[in-house]
Amino acid sequence: MDSELSSQDRKDLDKFIKFFALKTVQVIVQARLGEKISTCSSSSPTGSDWFNLAIKDIPEVTHEAKKALAGQLPGIGRSMCVEISLKTSEGDTMELETWCLEMNEKCDKDIKVSYTVYNRLSLLLKSLLAITRVTPAYKLSRKQGHDYVILYRIYFGEVQLTGLGEGFQSVRVGVVGTPIGTITLSCAYRTNLALMSSRQFERTGPIMGIIIDHFVERPFTNMAHMHPCTYRAPGEDEGGTYAGIEDSQEVCTTSFSTSPPSQLYSSRLSYQTPALGTVDLCHPTACTAAAHPHQMVVPGKEGGVPQVPAQPNHGTAAEHGRIPSCPNGQSPQPAQPTSCSSEVKTVCCDALETTFTRKVGAFVNKATTQVTTTSLDLPFAAFAPRAYDLEVNDPMVHPPPSPAPSSPLQGSLHSNSSSQSGGQPQDDFVMVDFKPAFSKDDLLPMDLGTFYKEFQNPPQLASLSIDVSAQSMAEDLDSLPEKLAIYEKNIDEFDAFVDTLQ
Amino acid sequence: MNCRSEVLEVSVEGRQVDEAMLAVLHTILLQRSTGKFHYKKEGTYSIGTVGTQDVDCDFIDFTFVRVSSDELDRVIRKAVAEFKDALGNSGSDGMGQISLEFYQKKKSRWPFSDECIPWEVWSIKVNVVNLANEQERQICREKVGEKLGEKVINIVEVINRHDYLPKMPTQSEVDNVFDTSLKDVQPYLYKITYQITDSLGTSVSTTMRRLIKDTLAL
Repeated sequence: MDSELSSQDRKDLDKFIKFFALKTVQVIVQARLGEKISTCSSSSPTGSDWFNLAIKDIPEVTHEAKKALAGQLPGIGRSMCVEISLKTSEGDTMELETWCLEMNEKCDKDIKVSYTVYNRLSLLLKSLLAITRVTPAYKLSRKQGHDYVILYRIYFGEVQLTGLGEGFQSVRVGVVGTPIGTITLSCAYRTNLALMSSRQFERTGPIMGIIIDHFVERPFTNMAHMHPCTYRAPGEDEGGTYAGIEDSQEVCTTSFSTSPPSQLYSSRLSYQTPALGTVDLCHPTACTAAAHPHQMVVPGKEGGVPQVPAQPNHGTAAEHGRIPSCPNGQSPQPAQPTSCSSEVKTVCCDALETTFTRKVGAFVNKATTQVTTTSLDLPFAAFAPRAYDLEVNDPMVHPPPSPAPSSPLQGSLHSNSSSQSGGQPQDDFVMVDFKPAFSKDDLLPMDLGTFYKEFQNPPQLASLSIDVSAQSMAEDLDSLPEKLAIYEKNIDEFDAFVDTLQ
Repeated sequence: MNCRSEVLEVSVEGRQVDEAMLAVLHTILLQRSTGKFHYKKEGTYSIGTVGTQDVDCDFIDFTFVRVSSDELDRVIRKAVAEFKDALGNSGSDGMGQISLEFYQKKKSRWPFSDECIPWEVWSIKVNVVNLANEQERQICREKVGEKLGEKVINIVEVINRHDYLPKMPTQSEVDNVFDTSLKDVQPYLYKITYQITDSLGTSVSTTMRRLIKDTLAL
């Protein structure tokens, strides 16, 4: 099998696959940065543009990709995946899409490595550029900022699509046959964009200026972490660590040879020695003929009070506390040809901690305001005693079991627990002289303070304090005919009452 | 050789015609363009670098990628503008077709002119609709954006089948395969044509041809 492939071809092929994987990751992540991408065409080959395409290299992304690959290449059973997720400022995350670079066993032995494979990989990258603008995540990424951010994660191994929800769609970007297998690039994207309310809310650290280990690991991951789709200038925190990635200096000068059209074409690659020093692939100065301004993608819009846009389940999330608004000192900087702005990192990350506070619902665990029956001028008072009489025997009324009231000023209209907490806790409290504001002392038998105390703990309505144990279901049913007879007797009064309502 | 022919259909509002056509044509040309060839001695050549640019549409919820070449963009825009004018002036129901044809030149002996042999033709059928109110326009923005996304996926699918592509030419033959007139990129030789369909569904040109034939027959 592989013995038919010359060692030079094999080396070339491995190199192509490696750099194809790295460029694929760059294209995908850059397409999710939230800004328009623009690169120069150059009629003269610069020697650093793999696949004859001007795709900038964000060093951090290259670093992450290499870390994920860990010296291996995408191969049969070993796929490289880029997962794009959305994270709201409240900490909800949602996987949006997974891009997969896979290889299967179908080999194309006759294909020319240094020519056809290379050109087809170049074509596949162009197709990827087009497709990355078409999936739903693109529009979301263009609107990222205060409400949510887009994160990426690179992992190597088995493809994981479970986080995409039900009904996810797949689009195949393209395939390239090689002598060692067929490379396939595809994307699976979520179609159900409603945030899942049952999702486990992850308490996370600051979203901004992301340190890798702040994110909660998912149980099914290979421990790789999420990264924001942002760009930081080299020379900042990393101290220019990535400026000298040794492989990036292994530039590719493609030379193709031509022969009369009737014969097969052959080509060879020539590599330049890494004499380019700090070829900063991410800087537009690498591009000659700068007829077009470069646009470095620097979103600096994280922070602020987030709201997930157009999410029907957002109502449930509204019960949770908001992240305090963080004054965002950054605004998207215009393109700088020679230096990349790096303020993205310095957004006040401390203020963006997720807090979970619940609004306390009314009438929960609180003694509610009670109303004393004694002082009420009940409407339809003429019926109140009778209603009381009726309700005492009314089997349909099942009052909450309440302890024997220690005073008539007890009970609750609203909840069982309150009735129990209504009077008793009062005994545990130390009586203090309650001096309400604006009250005068001892001028009235019932002063404001006393009224307050009574008002706080009114007695339970007598009509509700029916002793249930005295009756059973059977007895209730037996007493029904009597009740019906009473109602019929008083039918005239009921009619008169109804007439007053009209 | 058989010419590969693909047909795409879109229904758009009048003001969306330009951007929809540009989106489709540029998407195809992005994948049918290479960097400039630089031939060296010993029969080798190197290829320049192709840059790309995102373009946001104003009247459609869509962003497409085009080759970073202002010259190429001007040529395409001019062709699309002519097509749109023809659509507007035809008095038809707003149906037309714009075709992007990739071809190779085959040198013929004098006095015959060079033959143009198409190897891939993309036909984009356009149906212009009129919308009554702003709400419909807004819906149309999104719908057309989604449709264009589907078209991009279709285009990519066809192109990645890796069917016939002209062989890489020698220096003397390069103008028979590629359009070398641009400074920064080198698309395959292409031409853009269009035809407007009248309300009867026949093209204006066939109607004219019929009229002339009938006149001559008398």
